[in-house]
Amino acid sequence: MTRQEVLDLYFVEARAKLVDVAAFLDRAQRAGGVDDFRLKAFRAALGHLRSGQPDRARRVLAGLSDPTTQPSKSAGSKSACGAWAGKATRIPPSPKRRGTRQETKA
Amino acid sequence: MRFIEPHAHMVSRTTDDYLALATAGCEAVCEPAFWAGFDRGSAEGFRDYFCQLTEHEPRRAAKFGLPHFAWLCFNPKESEDLKLAGEVIALIPEFLDRPNVLGIGEIGLNRNSRNELKVFEQQVDLAARCRQLILVHTPHLEDKLKGTRLIVDAIKSDRRINPARVIIDHVEEHTIELALDAGFWAGITLYPESKCTAARAIDMMEIYGMERLWLNSACDWGVSVPLAVPRAALEMRRRGHSAAAVDRLLHGNPLQFLGQSLKFKLTQD
Repeated sequence: MTRQEVLDLYFVEARAKLVDVAAFLDRAQRAGGVDDFRLKAFRAALGHLRSGQPDRARRVLAGLSDPTTQPSKSAGSKSACGAWAGKATRIPPSPKRRGTRQETKA
Repeated sequence: MRFIEPHAHMVSRTTDDYLALATAGCEAVCEPAFWAGFDRGSAEGFRDYFCQLTEHEPRRAAKFGLPHFAWLCFNPKESEDLKLAGEVIALIPEFLDRPNVLGIGEIGLNRNSRNELKVFEQQVDLAARCRQLILVHTPHLEDKLKGTRLIVDAIKSDRRINPARVIIDHVEEHTIELALDAGFWAGITLYPESKCTAARAIDMMEIYGMERLWLNSACDWGVSVPLAVPRAALEMRRRGHSAAAVDRLLHGNPLQFLGQSLKFKLTQD
């Protein structure tokens, strides 16, 4: 496809997703409180979008990933949260997530 | 068009989904063993599940003209319980000769823990001893990159395993090369929220080629779309890919991988 064809096919869809990201950041800001590691990782990942490199998707995913190489001592909760908490820290399970039933994808 | 759904958890779906798949051109569904959404309490619970996958579900699929195939394993989400894992792995060989069983899967990692890795290696060993194909689940979100590296290293260290008989599933842009460069097959899972969209999947196909690649819906009890694979065909066609290319990716490729099991037969064969 030519760049023009890519824009014709995907621009409106990408524009909608861009506005969604902007609205998400506005929503988080209006909510007050402090950024946790997820929002910090999200903001850092946004930097890759402005890069001229051709592998932005890979860089965003890698930037949100656990960079360590050794297996953890235990699994902790069953659910991933989308960003690496740093060191060996895991998000403690919320009261709703305690017990055996976990609403997470298989 | 015709396609094969190589990864779908049909026990979680309704008969309407079977009807939709058959109507859209699906020629076979393949169902890996997975987590039920809660931890099972005993090995007998798994025995019942394996019976469901090898007896009941094929009959349900047959009502819609669909051959149903299964993969068996102990899911990584339950692998912190090493005693239960051992009991379940011990009963899997009883089921491997059943006519719709293709191999061991979906084994893998969830949170990349030591016990998960230990259970994963036990099941790779089982597959090697019983000469079974392997279907690998890679972890979610921030755990995927590290988990994929651990998985690839673990399988490569077992010289009995031919990488051409292993598919590393749920790859994304940061893990697809790890699978393909090591000689494995790679599966892309099409989900509305996590994993991968059809557009990104076709991007990866255009970048890396369609050799040793399949697409699947991995539809289950969560947010997922049973018709994600034929919808990806529409994505290919609107970019100008030929009908032959669509057929190769969505039918020929899964047929090539799954056909390594002599049990994998389509209805018209």
